[in-house]
Amino acid sequence: MLAYIIRRVAQSILVLFVVGLVAFSMFRFVGDPIDNMLGQERTQADIERLREQLGLDQPFVVQYWRFLEQAVQGNFGLSYRQGRPVSEILIERLPATLELAFVSGLMALAGGIALGIFTAIRRRGLSANIIMTASLIGVSLPTFLIGILLIYLFSVELGWLPSFGRGEVTDLGWWTTGFLTESGLKALILPAITLGLYQMTLIMRLVRTEMLEVLRMDYIRFARARGIRERAINFRHALKNTLVPVITITGLQLGSIIAFAIITETVFQWPGVGLLFINAIQFVDIPVMAAYLMLISVMFVGINLIVDMLYFAIDPRLRADRTQGGH
Amino acid sequence: MKFQTGILTAALLASTAIGASAETLRWARAGDSLTLDPHAQNEGPTHTLAHQIYEPLIIRDMTGAPQATLATSWAPSADDPSVWVFELREGVKYHDGADFTAEDVVFSINRAKSENSNMKELLSSVIEVRAVDDYTVEMVTDGPNPILPANLTNLFMMDKGWAEANDAVDVQDVEGGEQTFAATNANGTGAYRLVSREPDVRTVLTQNEDYWGMDQFPMEVTEIIYTPIQNAATRVAALLSGEVDFIQDVPVQDLGRVADTEGLVVKTAPQNRVIFFGMNMGADDLANDDVEGANPLADARVREAMNIAINREAIQQVVMRGQSQPAGMIAPPFVNGWTAEMDAVETDVEAAKALMADAGYGDGFSIQLDCPNDRYINDEAICQAAVGMMAQIGITVNLDAKPKAQHFPLITNAETDFYMLGWGVPTYDSEYIFNFLVHTRGDERGSWNNTGYSNPELDEMIVSLASETDLDARNEAIASIWNVVQEETLYLPIHHQVLNWGMTDAVGIEVSPEDDPKFKFFEMN
Amino acid sequence: MSDTPAPAPQSRLRRAWNSDFAWSFRHAPVAIISSFVVLVLILAAVLAPLIAPHDPFNPATLNLMNGFTPPGQANAFTGDTFLLGTDDQGRDVFSTILYGMRISLFVGFAAVMLAMVIGVTLGLLAGYLGGWVESIIMRVADVQLTFPAILVAMLIFGIAKGITPPEYRDQMAIWVLILAIGLSDWVQFARVVRGATLVEKSKEYVQAARLIGRSPFAIMLRHILPNVLNPVLVIATISLALAIIAEATLSFLGVGAPPTKPSLGTLIRIGQEFMFSGEWWILFFPALALLALALSINLLGDWLRDALNPRLR
Repeated sequence: MLAYIIRRVAQSILVLFVVGLVAFSMFRFVGDPIDNMLGQERTQADIERLREQLGLDQPFVVQYWRFLEQAVQGNFGLSYRQGRPVSEILIERLPATLELAFVSGLMALAGGIALGIFTAIRRRGLSANIIMTASLIGVSLPTFLIGILLIYLFSVELGWLPSFGRGEVTDLGWWTTGFLTESGLKALILPAITLGLYQMTLIMRLVRTEMLEVLRMDYIRFARARGIRERAINFRHALKNTLVPVITITGLQLGSIIAFAIITETVFQWPGVGLLFINAIQFVDIPVMAAYLMLISVMFVGINLIVDMLYFAIDPRLRADRTQGGH
Repeated sequence: MKFQTGILTAALLASTAIGASAETLRWARAGDSLTLDPHAQNEGPTHTLAHQIYEPLIIRDMTGAPQATLATSWAPSADDPSVWVFELREGVKYHDGADFTAEDVVFSINRAKSENSNMKELLSSVIEVRAVDDYTVEMVTDGPNPILPANLTNLFMMDKGWAEANDAVDVQDVEGGEQTFAATNANGTGAYRLVSREPDVRTVLTQNEDYWGMDQFPMEVTEIIYTPIQNAATRVAALLSGEVDFIQDVPVQDLGRVADTEGLVVKTAPQNRVIFFGMNMGADDLANDDVEGANPLADARVREAMNIAINREAIQQVVMRGQSQPAGMIAPPFVNGWTAEMDAVETDVEAAKALMADAGYGDGFSIQLDCPNDRYINDEAICQAAVGMMAQIGITVNLDAKPKAQHFPLITNAETDFYMLGWGVPTYDSEYIFNFLVHTRGDERGSWNNTGYSNPELDEMIVSLASETDLDARNEAIASIWNVVQEETLYLPIHHQVLNWGMTDAVGIEVSPEDDPKFKFFEMN
Repeated sequence: MSDTPAPAPQSRLRRAWNSDFAWSFRHAPVAIISSFVVLVLILAAVLAPLIAPHDPFNPATLNLMNGFTPPGQANAFTGDTFLLGTDDQGRDVFSTILYGMRISLFVGFAAVMLAMVIGVTLGLLAGYLGGWVESIIMRVADVQLTFPAILVAMLIFGIAKGITPPEYRDQMAIWVLILAIGLSDWVQFARVVRGATLVEKSKEYVQAARLIGRSPFAIMLRHILPNVLNPVLVIATISLALAIIAEATLSFLGVGAPPTKPSLGTLIRIGQEFMFSGEWWILFFPALALLALALSINLLGDWLRDALNPRLR
């Protein structure tokens, strides 16, 4: 077990290195920060001086090495755009994204499981079929359009919900939360729906399929034959067995929620790391882009690692498989 | 000048104020200020925020006219034409209570001239700044410089003592590692003081009760909440739903909707910015065309054909919805040297075709057009329209529209043969245009001239403008330089941009040509 | 359902018609309707040059003054009338939708093919060969998953744009999109195929084939591949819808098809700018076309998933 964990962690670290290297090789294609950093009146000499100062005249491998050297010491450099330490900016922006991801994930999980169970039990019912079809509408339009349509309907036409920002936030030391004020909660609704819609559809379908499969299993048939009530069968026996894959998938989807937050945050001017990243791309703010990608990588590799280790602990067959495939 | 004002008057009829109390102004625009350090960035939104907190010696008021601010008067020295003398305003205090004196001016100008400053090019002619007494400053230039005061309108005055106490003497060097105090804190003499700031999220300013101009300006806005909103649709939605009171950068297609909304008005004014296409005429052969061994753009007839093939009225009417002024020269009408005759071009597709045939390109050619898609108003749509117009005279244009971070390096590194560029003229003088766009590309001048055009005679005339003190002779020189530029069809001007501000009808202000609202001028009903 | 004994002489077609698969298709109105819609849309896209009244990709035929003509009304300056109106460049919206759908479908199909080929190949190799091959492939898959799909696509778009010679950049955008979306989407194919391969590998028939000395590649192709095709088909269908949407999303981030040769996604990105201004048709019709296309494909994928899952029948 320990050997497996060590190997897996080592692999994860290697993955992070590769991610960083790939990212750095790509940055020069995003654009050139020099013209953004110097004004209209810059001379050719200014351009060359700044390029040299920033080390942009170096090959990307050298730039990457310098980044790593600093990053290992916890120093991600200064943002070209804001002139402040990148780590400080990320910490400032992270709560907004995490709260949004949390709420939309929760919404997706709750809505997805409830609707999934319903559509599984009433497999051939009209309402279940309508839900199945309607839920697909949400994933058949691009996220940005759904966001803008929601803003148009609920902010401009009805005036119920705010169109941008986080509302009023409460400062809790190093964390800021929108959960404690009315405007903060209101501001969460539209972005959370926009972000969670896809995941909700996904979870709903997963729960439905798993439920349908479990409901056909022998032990459920047996239970039914013994005269156990439908409701008890559905919830006590069937649901329990569907939850493991659902939770796994949800865990793995967390990364994609945070990635898709890029679009949602841009549409709703949500002050999280996704919007920060989009701004960084526009400005070619290399330190921020690098740190963001590293952060996402660490999160995702971490989630993968945990899921893998949980499997390892739970399912002995996988253990056999792993040891077999590991050398 | 013909600017549409019909929609404005219609909207003015609505009278009930909605939203915030009269004193707080919730303000949104597309981008945020990049830094609070007043000399670190030479960029519109950064200057706009700085103008609320800091002040230069001279500002431009909301109509663009120079106005005495921290200097009360200025004139060339009677003894030496290379020296400008500035009399300073007395009794001005910084937000922290320190007095504003001549040594702050000397400090600030020197700081703005230092290596990391982004403002230093505006001061390149200044060789020395000296304090004569507490309220008199002299600036020595490397020769007579009649337009120096015009270069000072975005040069903000910092307190020497505050900068020294907070280790902010040097302009921030991004790669230097340490961040400067001045990038995240501010201490100016301006009408508003900084309360809180989260970059890209929210900046709050409150009125400076001790402001020297309390009685001279309306000063009716007491609190400003500034939130950048990047996505255009979201920004307009925020105004329509009453979440903000004042937005800059209203997309032209949404002006009607905003103006028709009860309680909202749109205000419009010509901006100090001209949009045009540049062409690489200097190369022997172009990398981005299909003509081998020759450069079609080197032929003045081809450039002229392209110039008269562009239907500027159609672009104005459809793409810009009337919110532009067709241009025939690359100087905004505010600029010294602009003339109505040169600014007019007649579209003539038949004549253009004839010119193309004349030049031996009757069958046309194909070329790539590089265009930004996030910099100017409807930049991508204008380029798209131009593609169609060039197709009329046989030129197949492949449009490559991309974010500004990828577009501008093409111009900087001379990697584009046909490109869009916009130009604002903060000095309101043609010399600024010539220096950057007409002079041969070199270390000092011509850094934005990607046309490959090089005319030593013209270069000499451009350089001599800086020290010509006889204003009539100088204007004559400017006119003759323009004649050459126009004859050679150095650029293909499209239009002068028009600014649109959307606001609740409680806000009383007119649009400034620099797109820089100064809130001390705002009236609130 | 399927255990009625088949009559002896039966044509191939007849056999197909009577198969379980066809039976469940004939009894699923949703599947019938959505495949009809998909077919009609594909046909319309393929035949666009014949159906479309205008060629929106030929800038010489455009008249800017036709811009913003409402559907079915005559333009105030030119007097021209357009069935679904015109966009900001004076292009016929109906024609741009047909041509745009062509691009969206082409990008979608090609990207899914690419993802499928890469994913299935790597999945088979990883599952069958195991060992370090598997380790490497699955770690690469981890790296890929680490970068969210849209980020991968954005970065590939950037690189490809950087290394493409400028004169081809205009045409390259489409290929770059295919590459970007395809490369960001192969992992789920690989994971599913690897999982299925692991299961199949342990079955007797594969063991038997091994014992008689069949080459690993023959076993993978002849025996394992046919058995993993069902889940691959389901994923491919849903991926097609996802790829078309992904193209639209990338277009919002400024890395989609160029505005001179717009896809449905680019049309929607342009159209959303006119949402408040009353020119609803510029957004509405392309969005409707995208919705009809993606929804039908998704519904078809949904039905496939149930129909091809023997345990759900």
